[in-house]
Amino acid sequence: MFDNLLIVGREFRSRLIVGTGKYESFEIMRQALEASGAEIVTVAVRRVNLTDKSKGSLLDYIDQEKFTVLPNTAGCYTAKDAIRYARLGREAGLSDLVKLEVIGDKRTLFPDNEALLEATRVLVKEGFIVLPYTNDDSVVCKKLEDVGAAAVMPLGAPIGSGLGVQNPNNIRIILESVSIPVIVDAGVGTASDATIAMELGVDGVLMNTGIAGAKDPVSMAKAMKLAVESGRLAFLAGRMPKKLYATASSPLEGML
Amino acid sequence: MVDTHATREAREIEIIVNGKKTKIPTTWTIDNLIRDLELRRKQVAVEVNEQIISREQWSKQPLGSGDRIEIVHFVGGGKEDKCLIIC
Repeated sequence: MFDNLLIVGREFRSRLIVGTGKYESFEIMRQALEASGAEIVTVAVRRVNLTDKSKGSLLDYIDQEKFTVLPNTAGCYTAKDAIRYARLGREAGLSDLVKLEVIGDKRTLFPDNEALLEATRVLVKEGFIVLPYTNDDSVVCKKLEDVGAAAVMPLGAPIGSGLGVQNPNNIRIILESVSIPVIVDAGVGTASDATIAMELGVDGVLMNTGIAGAKDPVSMAKAMKLAVESGRLAFLAGRMPKKLYATASSPLEGML
Repeated sequence: MVDTHATREAREIEIIVNGKKTKIPTTWTIDNLIRDLELRRKQVAVEVNEQIISREQWSKQPLGSGDRIEIVHFVGGGKEDKCLIIC
């Protein structure tokens, strides 16, 4: 089936993008990444711990032949910081892709749209392929598209909340408002949440805690893989219309 | 020359690496520093005074007294704990 995720000419067979945070160990993470079937994995940029190197290196557990590493700017609260982290991520990973996060509030981790737009504008000019994490707001998404974002990544619910897509209608409106890929980022708690997102017609789903926070992350990764595929297939298949009353499936003709 | 405390002082400078004061020989480049710290070249990015220095420049970039060096790499993300430490 040729139904790949396209981001600025780059083709990915999987529509699931996964984070690499919050795992008990690198080894469990490695197994979860494998089970998820994802081809893009997000990573954060942080200082090297120069006094304790015992923890090993994340990249030793990510086969870069198989996975595209997508550096993020998680933890940044200003456009300036986000731009700085994006540049460092590009230098460390030698890739122009960046998952741009500019957070506006510690408690909700909601994005600061104004700063997000500003950082997107700057990074696009520097040749970055910018994937901004944004509110489920079609006006902001359109503005992000206009300043050159390669995709938009509206939240389904707050980061790490596991509440699922809280406002499917907003996601539908975003899908109608922009022509770049729409990837639901954040809020997916279990497999059905991922399926619901994909059934709306979004291009992909990004998650971290939904997998890493499960009791058995490796099994949940597999469940998410199937859920994303299932939701995508259901979207492409086109669901039957909803009706208020029953419609018999068996013919009445020939009854005694 | 006798390696007295005074002469050693003269051949050393103090820089700040990831927030920590560090003494290095005056002749050192970023390349020397990365080797000394036993870091994997392909996995880190380096900033000197908030300017990114690309790997090709590491051996050409001399370090000066008071330089602020940041060495970063990829970690599992995006964790939201005590992460934001570069400032």
